[in-house]
Amino acid sequence: MVKAKINGKLVEVAEGTTVLEAAEKIHVRIPKLCHNDDLEPWAACGLCIVKNGRNPKMLRACCTPLEEGMDIITTDAELVQTRKTVIELILSTHPDDCLACPRNQECELQRLAAEFGVREQPFPKRLRFLPIDNSTGAIVLNPEKCIRCGRCVKVCQDMQNVWAVEFLGRGESTRIAPAGDVLLGEGPCIRCGQCAAHCPVGAIYENDQTTEVWEALMKTGEGEKTCVVQIAPAVRVALGEAFGLKPGTNITRKIYAALRRLGFDAVFDTNFAADLTIMEEGTEFVKRFTAAMKDAQAGKAPAAAVLSGGAAGAATLTGAAAGAALEGPLPLITTCCPAWVDYLEKYWPDMIPNFSTSKSPQQMMGAMVKTYWAAMAKIDAAKIFSVAIMPCTAKKYENSRDETMYSSGHKDVDVTLTTRELARMIKQAGVDILELPDEEADSPMGHYTGAGVIFGATGGVMEAALRTAYTLVTGEELKNVEFTSVRSISGIKEARIDIKGTEIRVAVAHQMGNIETVLRRVKKAKDEGVEVPWHFIEVMACRGGCIGGGGQPYGCTDEVRKLRIRGIYDDDDKSTYRASHLNPYIKKVYAEFLEEPGSHKAHKLLHTHYTPKPIYMK
Amino acid sequence: MARKIDVVFSDVEPGAALKKAMAMKPETIIAVLKDSNLRGRGGAGFPTGLKWESARNQGRPACVICNADEGEPGTFKDKRILELRAAKVVEAMAICARAIGATRGFIYLRGEYNYLRKEIEETMARLEENHLIGESILGDPGFSFDLQLRLGSGAYVCGEETALIDSLESRRGEPRNKPPFPTEHGFLGMPTVVNNVETLALVPHIILNGAEWFRDFGTRTSSGSKLFSVSGDCAKPGIYEFEYGITIRELLKEVEAGPATKAVQIGGASGYCASADDFDKAISFEGIPTGGSIIVFDQSRSMFKILKNFVEFFQEESCGQCTPCREGCSRMLEGILKFERSEGSSKVITDLLELAETMSLASKCGFGQSVPNSFRTIVSKFRDEILSA
Ligand SMILES: Cc1cc2nc3c(=O)[nH]c(=O)nc-3n(C[C@H](O)[C@H](O)[C@H](O)COP(=O)(O)O)c2cc1C
Ligand code: SF4
Ligand code: SF4
Ligand code: SF4
Ligand code: SF4
Repeated sequence: MVKAKINGKLVEVAEGTTVLEAAEKIHVRIPKLCHNDDLEPWAACGLCIVKNGRNPKMLRACCTPLEEGMDIITTDAELVQTRKTVIELILSTHPDDCLACPRNQECELQRLAAEFGVREQPFPKRLRFLPIDNSTGAIVLNPEKCIRCGRCVKVCQDMQNVWAVEFLGRGESTRIAPAGDVLLGEGPCIRCGQCAAHCPVGAIYENDQTTEVWEALMKTGEGEKTCVVQIAPAVRVALGEAFGLKPGTNITRKIYAALRRLGFDAVFDTNFAADLTIMEEGTEFVKRFTAAMKDAQAGKAPAAAVLSGGAAGAATLTGAAAGAALEGPLPLITTCCPAWVDYLEKYWPDMIPNFSTSKSPQQMMGAMVKTYWAAMAKIDAAKIFSVAIMPCTAKKYENSRDETMYSSGHKDVDVTLTTRELARMIKQAGVDILELPDEEADSPMGHYTGAGVIFGATGGVMEAALRTAYTLVTGEELKNVEFTSVRSISGIKEARIDIKGTEIRVAVAHQMGNIETVLRRVKKAKDEGVEVPWHFIEVMACRGGCIGGGGQPYGCTDEVRKLRIRGIYDDDDKSTYRASHLNPYIKKVYAEFLEEPGSHKAHKLLHTHYTPKPIYMK
Repeated sequence: MARKIDVVFSDVEPGAALKKAMAMKPETIIAVLKDSNLRGRGGAGFPTGLKWESARNQGRPACVICNADEGEPGTFKDKRILELRAAKVVEAMAICARAIGATRGFIYLRGEYNYLRKEIEETMARLEENHLIGESILGDPGFSFDLQLRLGSGAYVCGEETALIDSLESRRGEPRNKPPFPTEHGFLGMPTVVNNVETLALVPHIILNGAEWFRDFGTRTSSGSKLFSVSGDCAKPGIYEFEYGITIRELLKEVEAGPATKAVQIGGASGYCASADDFDKAISFEGIPTGGSIIVFDQSRSMFKILKNFVEFFQEESCGQCTPCREGCSRMLEGILKFERSEGSSKVITDLLELAETMSLASKCGFGQSVPNSFRTIVSKFRDEILSA
């Protein structure tokens, strides 16, 4: 522990704690623009300067460890003046475009300019006139507004290990640009949107598609369109933040109500589709696993041998996965995250056979809406406009990823909006969401189990899949459905699960930069022909899973992530059914429409495929 | 009167210093250096013994880097050392490797000095043949030192030690935060000592002749001798070696600068501009420090143009990573150009001084922090000349 003074107050903190962290502990906020809690400090902006006693040299609080006996002063006239000049310097190349800016009222630079009482701009404006890049259709890069804080570069390189953006040029002409100076959509970018979620200003943001949705909603009134909407698991515990609620507050039923006020004709819940995903993917897993076991017993493929106990339980599986598809090697890797899918297609195409062919919940819902529900509601699928509210920018890309996203004969999901865009629409509509009465989603695709909702958190897909896989293998229900070892925020989680004497080894990785370690181990085992370290792997590109998605309300830190995760598991806790196969409406759609997991119809509507992609398009 | 010295360019018997160092305990090598009071010749003047000790104390395989990026306008002394005495510098790196437990080393050579590359590499190969670097140095199977030469990318800021390390790691070459210092976390995370060419060239002499011999030169706090790269308005520009404490006037006399000398820029663009009032001041760490660059200006020179040149240099060379320096350099140049258009005034100077203050207080690295030095000194000493530019 080190003892030191901050603004005269004695503090005692663990060794290595930075001045900034120590100050925050005693509720002293030091202004900063380049630093973000998710990232290692690199001291670029020059705002977090503080003094140590009488030493005239100023220190950067973000990267200076508090040392024994320091006497830190975080504010005085000179510090305020210096910081103000730094802000003015930033503004000297920044367009004063707040009124028409995606970050208006949510901008860290704007807030600081206000707090520091910038009243005139002493330095003449030097704008840079750099073009806007909307080539991804998911996130937009406006380098003109970039204050060159470096967050997106650190996020993309260090957190995500994608290296899609970098600084080019030196000195004053330093600019943010896609790696290799290509268009963002033509390079390695996987559209995870983490750069946008971390950018302090309006230089990277989601591609706003609210106008398209408003236009479609207008046609609803005219009877020309039927607008259907689904909300993803992670949206419900984050949207409230845009209306002043504490992170993690679950307002599912108010969101349903608000969506109806916006004019949607039917409100469904992606959680239902998550249950559907589990039926397909869980079956896929059991099928691959059982096949591997049989091979092992027949002595055919020792590499994949996975049993520690006997294979007795597997017998009960007969018929559960009757379809011709769903076969493939282990480990099975989840594919609900489109940013991850993009990453894998670009960087690890050899692993494509390990990818689950099950579509993501967004796309399953889309396909079901324009087939099953259209028939049920007697609506021409061509007239349905299907909107998905997602925590994610990559989902905007996913909905037109390939021809399987048109499995209904139409575009299965017409437009994907992020949580931030929905918040904006609700505000535009003047809907006082927090005061609305709770409403329910529409039947049948609004009913979900606890397994569906936990898709929103890292480890959730795995946990949900295990809950169902257990039953598929043993024919029995789990007594305790909670697999807490795959919860938590640590980057790579591993667990061994015993299903009646059969051991299943699983891994869960989130935040793209953590994935490589996992894949390397799998590849090594495969190359050496030894048993793979895991049978089932869940991957989410964003830290914390979808609750930390690139389209969620700003200001996401681990603290926020933990609260959102808690909100998700609380919902699971309170659910009547906690495993997807128990969802009566899931049973209903299989009985009425889909037949069984992996059936021909399920295959056509609910499964997809993957192709190797170049990292740079020419 | 300061003594003229000839140490840096003098020859030593190849391998003698390394042999002597290898007979000492690594701690003793470091103790000798500390005792000698040798401080870095690259500009910052950090005590070399302490630097080595800090790297050694990490207790991990370390790395030694010879900083031969020599980018400061007006310096050319490191180039000459490498032309004449590369073997001595390489041997010094091996001594450092021994002292700090380094297994790897780099000579980071300024891009423009590419023509020296072949010769230095041949020297390295010769030393390897003689077992002064490479595997099992001087027959000690426990001591290997893999040395490579790398070319710089032409960016001035890459001479800053952490940016240099970034550049060696194939990154963008931007100064990093300190702490952690390179001696704690340097090249690929290894404890890393970065030393200037001249600093290293002194090491074998100190090992052979002892700390006391070295301390005999210079002042109490600035031991030893220093190379000066003198250019500008004088009859005998070139490289001079003097003990620390030499006054500007003494140096001017030596290089035969005329009576019309108006100003002397000490320490390059980021250094101190001395006017006639300063000529009796001494050049040393406690007086006016310099990495070696001395530029003489006579009455025919426009101080405004000199200032403008310096600021243009900074504006071009700022790495662009931190706000105060990136934006500050441009704004400063903009302000200075006002004088050229007769839009300058005392108010403009006051505003720019304020900007300079912010830059020196809030810039991340030594570059931005020292940009204001020449501005401040030139403006305070030649104010009228600037105002009437
Ligand atoms: C902008 C900038 C440029 C520098 N350029 C050089 C250089 O070209 N050569 C050099 O030896 N040191 C340079 N330095 C100093 C190095 O960072 C470092 O302090 C030095 O190499 C340490 O060696 P020394 O202790 O032997 O002097 C530079 C520093 C800054 C801030
Ligand atoms: S980025 Fe911030 S300061 Fe800049 S125009 Fe947008 S809201 Fe205004
Ligand atoms: S969206 Fe993701 S991959 Fe693309 S630039 Fe941003 S952080 Fe990098
Ligand atoms: S785009 Fe945003 S996050 Fe990236 S450097 Fe610019 S201001 Fe920072
Ligand atoms: S002071 Fe200048 S050179 Fe140093 S980090 Fe900042 S921008 Fe780069």
